Amino acid sequence: MQLTNRSKVVSNKEQSFMERLYLPAVAKGMLITASHLFKKTPTTKYPEQTRPMAPVYRGQHVLKRDENGAERCTACGLCAVACPAEAITMESAERKKGEEHLYREEKYAKTYEINMLRCIFCGLCEEACPKEAIFLTDRIVDAEYEREDFVYGKDKLVEKTDKRIDVSKRQTLEVAEFKKIAGTKHNTLWDGKKQLKDKH
Amino acid sequence: MISFIIYKAIICLVVFLLSLGVAAYATLWERKFAAFLQDRVGPDKAGPWGLLQPLADGGKMFFKEEIIPNVSNRFLFILGPSLFMLTALMTGTVIPWAKDVNIGGQTYSLQITDINIGVLYLLGVVSIGVYGIMIGGWASNNKYALLGAIRASSQMISYEIAMGISIIALIITAGGTLSIREIIAQQDAGLANVVYQPLGFLIFFVCALAETNRAPFDLPECESELVGGYHTEYSSMKLGLFLFAEYINMFISSAIMAGFYFGGYNFPFAQELYDAMGLQEGSWIISLIGFGAYFTKIFIFICVFMWVRWTLPRFRYDQLMNLGWKTLLPLSLLNLAITVVVEYLRGNIHI
Repeated sequence: MQLTNRSKVVSNKEQSFMERLYLPAVAKGMLITASHLFKKTPTTKYPEQTRPMAPVYRGQHVLKRDENGAERCTACGLCAVACPAEAITMESAERKKGEEHLYREEKYAKTYEINMLRCIFCGLCEEACPKEAIFLTDRIVDAEYEREDFVYGKDKLVEKTDKRIDVSKRQTLEVAEFKKIAGTKHNTLWDGKKQLKDKH
Repeated sequence: MISFIIYKAIICLVVFLLSLGVAAYATLWERKFAAFLQDRVGPDKAGPWGLLQPLADGGKMFFKEEIIPNVSNRFLFILGPSLFMLTALMTGTVIPWAKDVNIGGQTYSLQITDINIGVLYLLGVVSIGVYGIMIGGWASNNKYALLGAIRASSQMISYEIAMGISIIALIITAGGTLSIREIIAQQDAGLANVVYQPLGFLIFFVCALAETNRAPFDLPECESELVGGYHTEYSSMKLGLFLFAEYINMFISSAIMAGFYFGGYNFPFAQELYDAMGLQEGSWIISLIGFGAYFTKIFIFICVFMWVRWTLPRFRYDQLMNLGWKTLLPLSLLNLAITVVVEYLRGNIHI
């Protein structure tokens, strides 16, 4: 009974003299390997050389500060909701008097953790963020020896005031425009429906 | 007398260091060459182009923990690699590396010793080399090591026969001399022996691959079946000696092939070149050029060894034995018969 037409008739015929001699086949194989002597190696010598990266590469996250150095994140939790890998957790706290230079709005993230082993670097957190606080950057997450070391807290995520991280490439006008479209429903308050009508 | 001893001691030392140096850098070149054949870069971190890699490897070998299994026979366990290394180094003694040098009216031959049965000596030493592997594998008291040793010894013994017969054919063409010095020297005027013995050379080459346990005949140490083969239980520098001796064997067998079949230190139009340069017989420059020519040939042969290794897959064991006994042995006998008939017709053999 033939089930598919993919079956092949196996031939078990004796090898011919030339085949039994091995040498023609050996010569053929040797020529193939020899031809590779003259081919270019595609190797990138990694730590010294790096391959070109896309300008909007989605690597390690950064929590941005505003121009005054105050954290932009208000711990609204939209990123955590948007995250398909459930990698983000946070705890919010109320801003005290005198902390205005630290946190931009009255509510801020007391802790903010991203599990880099869970994260799939899809960028949905960035897209969900109404405060332009979280961005993916072209930095690569370091290798670690322990699993818990991959859970990045605020100490690693919030950018340093003296070492700002440039995200202008991911913050282009097109991105800003895109963010105004409803369906991503943030940044604009409730005129999302109107915007959608305008755009489409 | 004293000067003779000093001169021989120097030559011994030079050949010893040469064998070790070439073997060390053959390990690097093997990896580099494999990388080139596979479109890779190969080791390049230790020194420029990875040139310090052999030193790093050697250092690693020395500082590794030395493990001698409790169940092994300690004496034989140590004897195995020592014997293998010893015989590998002993084969280098009868090879003339270049033409004689004339310094201050005295002629110095660049060869440790010219035995008139050099070829026989070579075959003898090579077959003692099997004992190194056999004793090492057996003394390990390990199944895999024993299997590897059995494979190695049966393979080397089988291929030695075809090799020996192809050498007999070569010796008949070379006029019946067993001295390697004479075999190489008589290719100076005429053509290289490979012209007279193409089939013999092919058989010798295949047998040399098998004798040095190199792919596609590396069954004694085939990792996919036997863990590490006969050196499974070895660690540290004893393992290093085994691996190192294999590279020395490869170097020496390349030197033998280049000498027996491709004229050694001779090369086409050598005499014309020397005349054009105005060099006298016995000048050290002639020896140097000849040595360079010999080494170029050896290098090419080592490259071919590696080229074969990185191209061909390993034989199955029955295929290996079939090739040795049913193909190479009859072919070498045929080669011998043809050689004898041709040499008789040319009038070089008298019955």
